[in-house]
Amino acid sequence: MPVIKDVVCTFCGCLCDDLEVTVEDNKITKVGKACKLGRAKTMGMFLHERIEKPMIRKNGKDSELEECSYDEAITKAAEILVAAKRPISYGWCSTSCEAIEKAVVLAEETGSLFDSTANVCHGPSALATQEKGAPSCSLGTAKNYADLIIFWGCNPVHAHPRHQTRYSTMAKGAFTPNGKKDKKMIVVDPRNTDTAKKADLLLQLNPGTDYVLVEALRAIVNGHADVLPDEIAGIPKATVMEAAEMCKAAKFTVIYFGMGVTQTRGRYKSGDNVSSLVSDLSQTNKVVMIPMRGHYNVTGFGQVAAWEAGFPMALDFSRGVAYYNPGETGTNDVLMRREVDAFITGAADPGAHFPQESIKYLYKIPAIQVDGYANPTTEFSDVVIPAAIAGVECEGTAYRMDSQPIRMKKLIETTFKSDEEILTEIIAKVRELKGEGGA
Amino acid sequence: MAEMIIKNGVVYDPKNSVDGEKNEICIKDGKIVDNVGAGAKVLDAEGCLVMPGGVDGHTHCAGKINTARIMSPHDMRYSPIPGLSGPEPRTKLLRPQVGYNTPNTHAIGYRYSKLGYTTIAEAAITPMMARHMHEEFESIPILDKLALVLMGSNWQVMQYIQDGDSEMLKSYMAWALLASRGYGVKIVNPGGGSNWTWGKNVTGIDDKVIDFDVTPADILIGLAEANEALNLPHSIHVHCNNLGVPGNLPTTLDTMKLLERVKASQDRQVMHLTHMQFHSYTGTSWMDFASGSDQIADYINKHDHLTFDMGQMIFGPAMTMTADGPTEYRNARMFDAKWSNYDQELEDAGGIVPLAYTPQHFAHATMWSIGLELALLVKDPWKVMFTTDNPNGGAFVNYPEGQVLLMSDKKRQEVIAGFPDMTMDRISLPNIDRELDWGEMTVMTRSMPAKMLGLEEKGHLGAGADADVAIYDVKPDKVDVSVEHEAVKKALGFAKYTIKGGEIVVRDGDITALPKGKVYWVNAYENGIVQTEKDRLITDLEERFKKYYSMQFSNYMVEDAYVPRPVEVRPEVA
Ligand code: SF4
Ligand SMILES: [Zn+2]
Repeated sequence: MPVIKDVVCTFCGCLCDDLEVTVEDNKITKVGKACKLGRAKTMGMFLHERIEKPMIRKNGKDSELEECSYDEAITKAAEILVAAKRPISYGWCSTSCEAIEKAVVLAEETGSLFDSTANVCHGPSALATQEKGAPSCSLGTAKNYADLIIFWGCNPVHAHPRHQTRYSTMAKGAFTPNGKKDKKMIVVDPRNTDTAKKADLLLQLNPGTDYVLVEALRAIVNGHADVLPDEIAGIPKATVMEAAEMCKAAKFTVIYFGMGVTQTRGRYKSGDNVSSLVSDLSQTNKVVMIPMRGHYNVTGFGQVAAWEAGFPMALDFSRGVAYYNPGETGTNDVLMRREVDAFITGAADPGAHFPQESIKYLYKIPAIQVDGYANPTTEFSDVVIPAAIAGVECEGTAYRMDSQPIRMKKLIETTFKSDEEILTEIIAKVRELKGEGGA
Repeated sequence: MAEMIIKNGVVYDPKNSVDGEKNEICIKDGKIVDNVGAGAKVLDAEGCLVMPGGVDGHTHCAGKINTARIMSPHDMRYSPIPGLSGPEPRTKLLRPQVGYNTPNTHAIGYRYSKLGYTTIAEAAITPMMARHMHEEFESIPILDKLALVLMGSNWQVMQYIQDGDSEMLKSYMAWALLASRGYGVKIVNPGGGSNWTWGKNVTGIDDKVIDFDVTPADILIGLAEANEALNLPHSIHVHCNNLGVPGNLPTTLDTMKLLERVKASQDRQVMHLTHMQFHSYTGTSWMDFASGSDQIADYINKHDHLTFDMGQMIFGPAMTMTADGPTEYRNARMFDAKWSNYDQELEDAGGIVPLAYTPQHFAHATMWSIGLELALLVKDPWKVMFTTDNPNGGAFVNYPEGQVLLMSDKKRQEVIAGFPDMTMDRISLPNIDRELDWGEMTVMTRSMPAKMLGLEEKGHLGAGADADVAIYDVKPDKVDVSVEHEAVKKALGFAKYTIKGGEIVVRDGDITALPKGKVYWVNAYENGIVQTEKDRLITDLEERFKKYYSMQFSNYMVEDAYVPRPVEVRPEVA
């Protein structure tokens, strides 16, 4: 039985690359070493929900999706994009960097807005990076050195199940040979999560008060503890002091921050302030911060968009060159303003994750979906193009949450086209329609 | 491929002793040849300046620069040099362009080409991040590329040096070049990157590294000797300890003297010292800091084992990015600037901080002067490479500015006139009236970098060279650069023609074609290391990956898919 070793799991931003996958008759029958989430993804538990055929609606949103050929669907998609005055391309975070590169080209040539799922998760981390920078390290450095681990607004036990054994609290490294025994853990979360239950210290702050807590920690670290009130963000001052002492006692601290920081009140200002805390502490200690990315290649989207076009998200190509103003050019910004007149999405599910108002509007404009799986987005899509699953049915590059690129493997054969191929064909069709062939 | 002949050019090709002669240049199948048939396409250079394509032997153009892009949306809109910076919409041929210090990949390719440059060397990548760099390489059009691989704070390197195991050291270096598809060995702040993972640094070449029983001097000598034993085309490429620190001159001199004992395996330096401007400071603090260029130049004039590049500063905003993590943290605290850091497991550190240099500040004015002093005080241009350490000292689109400064004392004096008085007793530039000629400029911008890197097909126009040619709208026999420096600067920024691999890629300052470049890498592993040594290395590496890396050994090496047009250089086995 052929077992493929060192397979990259393409579910979460951990990108575990040690999976052992058994393939029989072009079917994955066993997935070793993965967590539950990774196994489900790699096994294709959702196989029954695969989009089997390209489909289009011939008579508007109320008509049924009808099966068609790849050619028909791709032509229709290109026609929609070329006819649109202000199209938007969104998603592209659970696919390969090679596909994302093509998505950039398509957005450029159709004068589209272009955005990633960061619009509803870690976008504010990018803004914090623009304000204060990103003092970070690779996950292996964290494993080898860190004796204090802070999970801020994230719950790896559920969202990144192998994070703690591979990279953080339980991992054994060069200077942490005893794993858990050599490390301390602080969790910052309004809820007593399953991650928090194992922490040495839980800072159970009031929801939305992250900024206040960071500010208090900075005050303590910079020697101004005296100005603080007895309670900070709903936490007794003594507890906050204890956390600051743990930071000062640690040789190497990693702050893993999640959507609890980036999607609560304060948004990028909180992340920005965490960065300042890191800088302050770095005068005497070693401290870094790493975003806990969800979609396995949302980091890759930011990387590719930045090197291809200059900005990591919320790009607007309507002027022929990227214009960037998150808050104005983010996907939900333009959907709420009802500004766009066509929508293409790939490897993402806005139908499940967008605010109601955005979704309502998406039911009104022509929409194209490129995806392996049917999901709520399919409901309002006028063109549905089935794609191979990157990392299972085709190869390509993905970037781990620490910006480490890894090559995903192809495990089984498929008749589905890859996102990269589909986008390449849409681009060719767009050029044909615009009379720009051969460019 | 069609043949071409360039006529009526005033040709500078120092390697072949051509110094401003009206020679014809023949091109066939992307190479320079001795003659072509009567049907060859004729390119009339109209009496203009003809040089080999420019070679930038030290630039930060792929990899770390991407974090800098994400940090600086403001830079994308900034356009101080119209045509070479800022936003430019897509055209039928070209992708959209943005940025100044941190342009997107397409702009990097277009703008270097407009400057007449055809080959660039990314100066700092860890093996583990090399895959990312190659993705960006593939996205940069037109140019040929190569990469220098960081080894100066690498655990394997330090362990094998500590063990005195020179065979393992050699094997690992060769393997690391293979794993990263890299070209040469880069050492940044030796040992300091490793210490920075604990938030510490080293202060000189004899300090101890915290976790290994080695010093920066041990690392430098170990890597240099192994580099020569492997017969690599390039020497070690060194960013000394104490970058940017007043009083770092002794550290730089110590480093230069240390390498006297290493013997070169071929006709080139044993060490290239990079961005020397940042390493030539006397004094004890920023208050009494001054230029140490005379002492550096004096040493280099008397010794032949090293080369250096300027790291010339350009006034205005810059983006600093280096594997020198502690320096970047210091910069960020000193200027209250935004700061990114990255400690790459087992391999090196790194940081990014935006800065701005101003002629109104004596420290910056002094640094600006030092770069020029070094290039002008060192007599032999074959020891000097023109750089700004793009974009650390300034963006590469300012190369014409820097080059004209070397050719015009008048222009230099004009700038110096605006400096604060506090600058004057710190610099010697006002008294240096040397003006470089076109032959010397050709050496510093193409022939020397090619020789220094061991790129035999680059930096000259003799038969067998790659047909990479730059033609500028300058009539060398008619123009007085000293006086007409502004016109010359303009001409150097927008080549009349840039020819890459025999194809015209720039005409009158505009991009005309988008061929894809090659990537040079050195394979010293396959033939250079015997099987028993390979086995010994792999056994040890497998163990280290299990214990310390966060990626599987089998997933680590850059796959062929990332280097679709490789030029594999195999050094002769000694
Ligand atoms: S932790 Fe994430 S990447 Fe690792 S196996 Fe689980 S889902 Fe996959
Ligand atoms: Zn450099």
